Amino acid sequence: MSHSVTVSQPETMGSMFRSEEVALVQLFLPTAAAYTCVGQLGELGLVEFRDLNASVSAFQRRFTVDIRRCEELEKTFTFLQEQVQRAGLALPPPEGRLPAPPPRDLLRIQEETERLAQELRDVQGNRQALRTQLHQLQLHSAVLHQDQGPPLAAALTDGPSSERTPLLPPHEGPHQHLRVNFVAGAVEPHKAAALERLLWRACRGFLIASFRETERPLEDPLTGEPVTWMTFLISYWGEQIGQKIRKITDCFHCHTFPFLEEEAARQGALQQLQQQSQELQEVLRETEWFLSQVLGQVQQLLPPGQVQVCKMKAVYLALNQCSLSSTHKCLIAEAWCATQDLPTLQQALHSSSSEAGVSAVAHRIACRDMPPTLIRTNRFTASFQGIVDAYGVGCYQEVNPAPYTIITFPFLFAVMFGDVGHGLLMFLFALAMVLAENQPAVKTAQNEIWQTFFGGRYLLLLMGLFSVYTGFIYNECFSRATTIFSSGWSVAAMANQSGWSDTFLSQHPLLTLDPNVTGVFLGPYPFGIDPVWSLATNHLSFLNSFKMKMSVILGVTHMAFGVLLGVFNHVHFGQGHRLLLETLPELIFLLGLFGYLVFLVVYKWLRVSAAGAASAPSILIHFINMFLFSRSPTNRPLFAGQDQDEDKAGLLDSPGASEKGWSSDEEKAGCAGDEAAELAASEVLMHQAIHTIEFCLGCISNTASYLRLWALSLAHAQLSEVLWAMVMRVGLRMCGEVGVAAVALVPIFAAFAVMTVAILLVMEGLSAFLHALRLHWVEFQNKFYAGTGYKLSPFTFAIQEE
Amino acid sequence: MTAHSFALPVIIFTTFWGLIGIAGPWFVPKGPNRGVIITMLVATAVCCYLFWLIAILAQMNPLFGPQLKNETIWYVRFLWE
Repeated sequence: MSHSVTVSQPETMGSMFRSEEVALVQLFLPTAAAYTCVGQLGELGLVEFRDLNASVSAFQRRFTVDIRRCEELEKTFTFLQEQVQRAGLALPPPEGRLPAPPPRDLLRIQEETERLAQELRDVQGNRQALRTQLHQLQLHSAVLHQDQGPPLAAALTDGPSSERTPLLPPHEGPHQHLRVNFVAGAVEPHKAAALERLLWRACRGFLIASFRETERPLEDPLTGEPVTWMTFLISYWGEQIGQKIRKITDCFHCHTFPFLEEEAARQGALQQLQQQSQELQEVLRETEWFLSQVLGQVQQLLPPGQVQVCKMKAVYLALNQCSLSSTHKCLIAEAWCATQDLPTLQQALHSSSSEAGVSAVAHRIACRDMPPTLIRTNRFTASFQGIVDAYGVGCYQEVNPAPYTIITFPFLFAVMFGDVGHGLLMFLFALAMVLAENQPAVKTAQNEIWQTFFGGRYLLLLMGLFSVYTGFIYNECFSRATTIFSSGWSVAAMANQSGWSDTFLSQHPLLTLDPNVTGVFLGPYPFGIDPVWSLATNHLSFLNSFKMKMSVILGVTHMAFGVLLGVFNHVHFGQGHRLLLETLPELIFLLGLFGYLVFLVVYKWLRVSAAGAASAPSILIHFINMFLFSRSPTNRPLFAGQDQDEDKAGLLDSPGASEKGWSSDEEKAGCAGDEAAELAASEVLMHQAIHTIEFCLGCISNTASYLRLWALSLAHAQLSEVLWAMVMRVGLRMCGEVGVAAVALVPIFAAFAVMTVAILLVMEGLSAFLHALRLHWVEFQNKFYAGTGYKLSPFTFAIQEE
Repeated sequence: MTAHSFALPVIIFTTFWGLIGIAGPWFVPKGPNRGVIITMLVATAVCCYLFWLIAILAQMNPLFGPQLKNETIWYVRFLWE
């Protein structure tokens, strides 16, 4: 379900039964044409290069210089991209096919990019300087503006006028001839209070300070955000006080400006400032326009440039993995290629090297290593192959469990999730995703949770579909049973024949139907579980027995199928002896014990009826006795001679188990390509003994593990039942006026719907998904699947083009 | 209440899933996906048929019957006739 690179050539999709044949090819690339050849191979995405220079460090390889240049160019690209994004513009996606450019083009791209980057830096520097200047001017004019109210200290110098009464009594004596000076400036608002306090403490009584906010917020040159400043005007007298004040304002990083006492002079200065600021804004506008031009050029150049340089770097990295031939005339490369693609490979090499005199060739060589696994999938099978690969990629040409998983995984999920209503909701959700899968809005969504669900839409589709089917069999639709056919149990017959009068019924709150009474049980319900059980208080007694037996039957079938798939592996790898020494004992053990258990279950279903219900044999006790070679006298046999047969079966299975231990020592070859020297015979014997014990114990624990099918379906049914009984039924049972119930049902249904989706669909769905996955990964696949291979990851530009 | 036969559903469903699982593969058109589709058909038929079979076999010879509340008996006694 992740966006892995798949070799997506749907027209040649082979069978998924086992991975494709992959060959090791040796490529001879003439030096002149090597770059174009590898570029062409990257476009096709056919081969995976092997690193022939593994012992050489990255700095000493042949094309390191070119890679460095590409990386420097990428750094410049990143810088340009940041600038474009900071300006709020979008980069258009590159259009058309852009092949990896020839090396001589790199210089041109590099020059253009450097030029644009330099221009961008210059223009932005200029703009910054202009904005800072403008900010200063604006601050200055705001400071000069702040003398709106009566200037307090000015009253002293202007002389008492009729309108202004001096607030300070004119001092006699030495103070009368002291000049009042002003300090005016601006400070950031959060420092204003501290500044005021400090001024007061330091120069107590010898100054008057007034603080005022600027009317409009000014644009901060660095961040571009509007910031209000506090302008202040301090009037003081005395030289030392003046020095102290200046030191304090410097400390607080305030901007101070000269404050002229004459009002007319101030007005003149203000006008000059305004003129300057207007001119500055004009220049700023021009700069911004030029900047947008440069950014437009960057927008055009950047996307194709990025793609091209990325491809070039990838080609050089691939070329670094090739070794030089002794004559220095051509590069030798080793690559894995699917046998099916060999003609295409040769065609591509031939066409890309036709300009150079010598053409590139490819020929197969033998290999001892295990080749990579290649399984071609389409968008439907990709998610199923994905969940198999998440556990382990298969060994080369091993049987692939994925085609069976397409059906068995949704089926086992549905066994644990069976409910018509919930299954239908899941199916519709998946259907909506599948029908909308080609819409661009859906494809480019970035949300990870959505990507996960969207990637598994076909999985969800099948899971929902099978859940509807198993929901019909379990006869559960939002926990309610349906009577599509009439029930096979007749309450009327029981009531009439047992004399259940009304008084009798009122005295007995619970009564059981007896199948021994004629006419009560009329035959098995033709499709699924009889609806009468959903009305019964003892329905779990029946359902538990049914579901446990169902789990064991499904489990044994699934595991036997897994063992049989191993046969294909043994035949393909030419290990026929393993058929006799592994598969046969495994089957005998599995079917002899658990196949016999399944037989007992089915036999009891068919032959033991209600007439003999009181003394019905217990399969469990019989099975335990079989293991212990003992008898229980109170437990009657299911069929004549059962005890003797069980003794024989028990005896047969022990040699079967031990036969596995003696599998021959041709095992040392392992799953193709094991380069280790001959393993000692004792090691092989140990390995086989472990495998035997593992299989025998595993059989028992794996069969028991399938009981989770019962457990989860029970949990789902009970949760569903509780939700209905506690939420919906409360609303439906409301008596009183019709209108009251109708109005109350709206929030009740809303709660029911939300909890159904959240608890039953999401939580239970994830839970059942996880357990079905575990059953596949562990119980099914450990019967035949090794999963220790690696995928063929071809050299391709497909990722870069995303 | 009509009696349910056992033979009729067995015949119907065996034929139905048999058609899907055994006859269906012959009609899958040739193409790259033929193998996968045949596997899917057979697996679906086997799984679904087995599941249905287990359900009906488990109910063929019930050893005990449902225990009902008296309210249910009062109601169902006349409803399901």
